[in-house]
Amino acid sequence: MSIQIKQISKQFGDFQALKPLNLTINEGELVGLLGPSGSGKTTLLRIIAGLETADQGQILFSGKDVTKLHVRDRKVGFVFQHYALFRHMTVAENIAFGLDVLPKKQRPTKATIKQQVAELLDKVQLSHLASRYPAQLSGGQKQRIALARALAMQPRVLLLDEPFGALDAKVRKELRRWLRNLHDELGFTSVFVTHDQEEALEVSDRVVVMSQGQIEQEATPQALYQQPASRFVYDFLGGVNVFEGQASSLANNRLEQGKAWVAFPDGYKPATGQLYLRSHELSLSNQPSATAHLPLTIKAVSLIGAEVRVELEPLGWQSQDLWEVVISHSHYNTWQPQRGDTCFAQPQAGQLFTSNENQPLAISWTKEQLLIKTA
Amino acid sequence: MSNHKTSLSKVSHQQRIGDQPWLRRLLIGLAFLLVGSLLVVPLIAIFAQALSAGLNIFWVNLSDKYTLHAIGLTLLVAALTVPLNLVFGVFLAWLVTRFEFPGRRILMTLIDIPFAVSPVVAGLMYLLLYGSNSWVGSWLMDHDLQLMFAWPGIVMVTVFITCPFVARELIPLMQQQGSSEEEAALSLGASGWQMFRRVTLPNIKWALLYGVVLTNARAVGEFGAVSVVSGNIRGETNTLPLHVELLYQDYNLVGAFTSATLLAALALLTLVVKTFLEWRQQQSAS
Repeated sequence: MSIQIKQISKQFGDFQALKPLNLTINEGELVGLLGPSGSGKTTLLRIIAGLETADQGQILFSGKDVTKLHVRDRKVGFVFQHYALFRHMTVAENIAFGLDVLPKKQRPTKATIKQQVAELLDKVQLSHLASRYPAQLSGGQKQRIALARALAMQPRVLLLDEPFGALDAKVRKELRRWLRNLHDELGFTSVFVTHDQEEALEVSDRVVVMSQGQIEQEATPQALYQQPASRFVYDFLGGVNVFEGQASSLANNRLEQGKAWVAFPDGYKPATGQLYLRSHELSLSNQPSATAHLPLTIKAVSLIGAEVRVELEPLGWQSQDLWEVVISHSHYNTWQPQRGDTCFAQPQAGQLFTSNENQPLAISWTKEQLLIKTA
Repeated sequence: MSNHKTSLSKVSHQQRIGDQPWLRRLLIGLAFLLVGSLLVVPLIAIFAQALSAGLNIFWVNLSDKYTLHAIGLTLLVAALTVPLNLVFGVFLAWLVTRFEFPGRRILMTLIDIPFAVSPVVAGLMYLLLYGSNSWVGSWLMDHDLQLMFAWPGIVMVTVFITCPFVARELIPLMQQQGSSEEEAALSLGASGWQMFRRVTLPNIKWALLYGVVLTNARAVGEFGAVSVVSGNIRGETNTLPLHVELLYQDYNLVGAFTSATLLAALALLTLVVKTFLEWRQQQSAS
């Protein structure tokens, strides 16, 4: 079932939770709503489910207007953030609930319900927990039961509110893959809400980034990462360093701030604005290069798993936040950076946001260019 | 929950700052002395006094015509008050915990009025409003409806005095539980009634029973407000607490204490049920 959202808006008191927005979710798609808290993503999900009513606008399921339809008649599966399992019922009773409350005519027989519950428990691999109570389950188990309960009604749309938010990192990773497989197997349309960019990028077919009740960008994970449409998206995807500068009066290919500067490759014209550089799209060395002069002082070096994170403070120029650059272990081993050392950053790719352009300018310093210039 | 408790009790065995053995013994001793002299001894005295003239006299006093009527009236008042406030309390708790509306906070404060107002004042309020001297009272009189100095008046003030108990028990619990289980039930296709019956009610049942027990205890034992509106007509508008006072004023000490044993026995029963319910509530919360 496809979902069409037309000019939906919502206000809570003085707070505009959703500004009029449009979104189309195709049949069988898995869409992640990504945004910080207060961005309206959960409100949007609840409006799709019918748990919240929109002030204006329309919701269509496969072209049919369901805006005025009560949540119980929308037949969507909803998985709540904290699972919302019925605490006084066993796992099996929880899963059977939706079937048990069907009107007598449509209700399957007791034996059929029992069999369907057993099948669902099997699907979520928790058959051995059928007679337990929710309080006796771990977070990951509760999440699976909540999913099984929603799936019992064979919904064509599955909505999940921060499905993995309260779980530890390992279980979260497992469940993500499991959800993705389940989605592919059963073929329903899924929308899930998350504030974790990694989660959104890993699981979704398409990511919708929201901020302050608006959609900032909707794109495939790859496109989102390669071409963030706004500063907000860039910032929210994380790990970004900002060099704020203006076109140099000395050399026309340079963006400068004080003594620090970055020279743009041929064909790019610098303009006053902010150059966004991701932490893994920078390299560090002891010498400035011909294309960049960005002196930095090392504040901290942390070895985290596969990578080494270096925290840096601008030396002789300004930046709102500390810079962070990721280097490889082999680079770390040969270089041996120490706290307090001075080094120079060299960008490989970045995007320039200027005040008069909406779209950022993507710049890349190719290896050849770097070699030629530094040679 | 239980883990938390055991770790706390472990800590309390170690000596903390200000925890002197003699001070602890002194305080524990004082507490038992006070509870004993102020609570337990008077309770025993009630039973001792009632039975002081022998079991026969106790029985005669108990089967007295007016005593039986007082028991009947008290039960009637409780039987009307408890269901009324049960429904009212659930509705009110539902309203203030599940909906946002202007005036919600004020409403939550207003619930406590019966706790804040002296029962005598409450009785007087009703007397002035519905008594024959008032505009409402005279209109009722013209239609041959007597509320004051009759059982309906007693029920009215008792409802007023006991209306916060159920709501007060439910509101914090329902706030803490939140509405997501109810939303889950609705999203699974349950009707409003199915949701209430199968999800809301099982979640609040122990707190609800607890509120009912408290409401009942207060409804049976209320003296101040009832005494203002009842008019103390023996065999007509005399509830059990009023009856105790009346017998006492008649210098029928044994009779007064006999009726008092009924109230005391009910109080003890309430305590037992209340302790059990509190225990169950903790069980279901953990």
